[in-house]
Amino acid sequence: MSRLSRRKLITTGFAATASALGLGVAARIAQRYGLVPPDHGGIYGLGETLTYASQRLLTRHSLAREFSRSQISKPPFANEIPPLNEAFKRLQAGGFADWRLSVNGMVAQPGSFSLDQLKRYPSQSQITMLQCEEGWSYIAEWIGVPLSQILQAVAILPQARYIVYYSIDPDWWESIDMADALHPQTFLAYGMNGDELPVGNGGPLRLRLPRQLGYKSVKYITHLTVTDSLKGFGKGLGSASPEAGYAWYAGI
Amino acid sequence: MLRATWYHSRVSDSACVPSAASAVPTTTTTSRHSALVRVNHWITTLCFLALLVSGVEIVISHPRFYWGETGNDLTPPLFKLPIPASRALVPTGYGYVLPDQNGWSRYLHFQAAWVVVLTGLLYVISSFFTGHLRKNLLPDQADLSWRAFSTAIASHLRFERPSEAEAWSYNVLQRLTYLFVIFVLFPLVIWTGLAMSPAFVSAFPATVNVLGGQQSARTLHFFVSLALVLFLLVHVAMVWLAGFRSRMRAMITGRAATPMERT
Repeated sequence: MSRLSRRKLITTGFAATASALGLGVAARIAQRYGLVPPDHGGIYGLGETLTYASQRLLTRHSLAREFSRSQISKPPFANEIPPLNEAFKRLQAGGFADWRLSVNGMVAQPGSFSLDQLKRYPSQSQITMLQCEEGWSYIAEWIGVPLSQILQAVAILPQARYIVYYSIDPDWWESIDMADALHPQTFLAYGMNGDELPVGNGGPLRLRLPRQLGYKSVKYITHLTVTDSLKGFGKGLGSASPEAGYAWYAGI
Repeated sequence: MLRATWYHSRVSDSACVPSAASAVPTTTTTSRHSALVRVNHWITTLCFLALLVSGVEIVISHPRFYWGETGNDLTPPLFKLPIPASRALVPTGYGYVLPDQNGWSRYLHFQAAWVVVLTGLLYVISSFFTGHLRKNLLPDQADLSWRAFSTAIASHLRFERPSEAEAWSYNVLQRLTYLFVIFVLFPLVIWTGLAMSPAFVSAFPATVNVLGGQQSARTLHFFVSLALVLFLLVHVAMVWLAGFRSRMRAMITGRAATPMERT
């Protein structure tokens, strides 16, 4: 400690103050441009914020890789699905004719769509990879309607920042920011590999989000809410995943 | 404590020894590692251990490896680890399933990755300006001949005792190993890690395409990590053999022990 001079003290003090100020300014800017994820608190908040902010800056408009038809995984893979509730079984018995997707929140025209109504929109398809955080993956053709079209139909308000989406199991819900919600590859998928979407893969309706890991592509979608803040949803961490210990943003 | 060692002697080659060290002090201590090297070393150590533990936990959820773009329980693996899994669907041959640790493991893995990448970048950039790279890591031209090289390897194999100069400067094998770890293994492990990220490869598809696919990236990430673990084990063994206390002291306080203190 003998070498601790006044000059060193001043320089160190100045550097520390500048870093603290810089961090404060960076946090303000990040908040302003929507670069802070809802699960930014806690000990892993720094890494999570750096990942989300940098990937959001790099990938706002980038497209997930698409594959050729010959690369579609054979045999088609389906992960384990949780036990399906009574409401699902009732709708399944009726051939999903009464399946509804309701949309509310910050929209000018709240609405409710049957599968037939969704299928009346021009259908699109993408051959993309579904990647699980565990490490396995498969490629499939996903057929559906881009989420952006439905959001346009219900006329989302300009202050909308997130879309919260729910499975028929109310404990299974997620949310995404507008960059992902309006992304051309974010689908409400009702078909797979030229056929109906199998129940094992999330049929009759799955939110397909190829730029994030599989757990963000929630199966059995029944409800969307458009919001400007995630604070009022669950514990305010953005979705059920952070409440179970998993990151809200799953682009990595 | 007996200090058998594999370190080869640099006794005749004082060209690389800093001038302060060439007249090896007998009673005082002198600076060995700069503060930047020491801080980077220990942050990297902490992060690497965090990455290793969390990486193992993540692998346990699917201890099967593939080549190409895709792979799952229905496709034949390239190889699988003979361990139980933390997911029931994986056919492991074990009758039980381990608890799921992926949530915090993934949070920790990426946080540690950020810290190690940012400190590592600072270290690499500054090593160009401070002369650390040139003085301490790049081998001498004279050491790069096959003869010098085989002498170095031979003296390692004969378990030769290190010279005093050894405490002040890295030998050619150390230099090449550190350069390989810093400029080959670390960049590779970062690259193969990022090549698994669906969002990152949407912006930079070539990063995964040249590796042969996302599952190839995962398999390569595993092997590069194994290489880093191998480095860690040999590194710790070498530090132990060369004198654990003096080498630890040099990396913690920055002072190298004098010959008298080391007896």
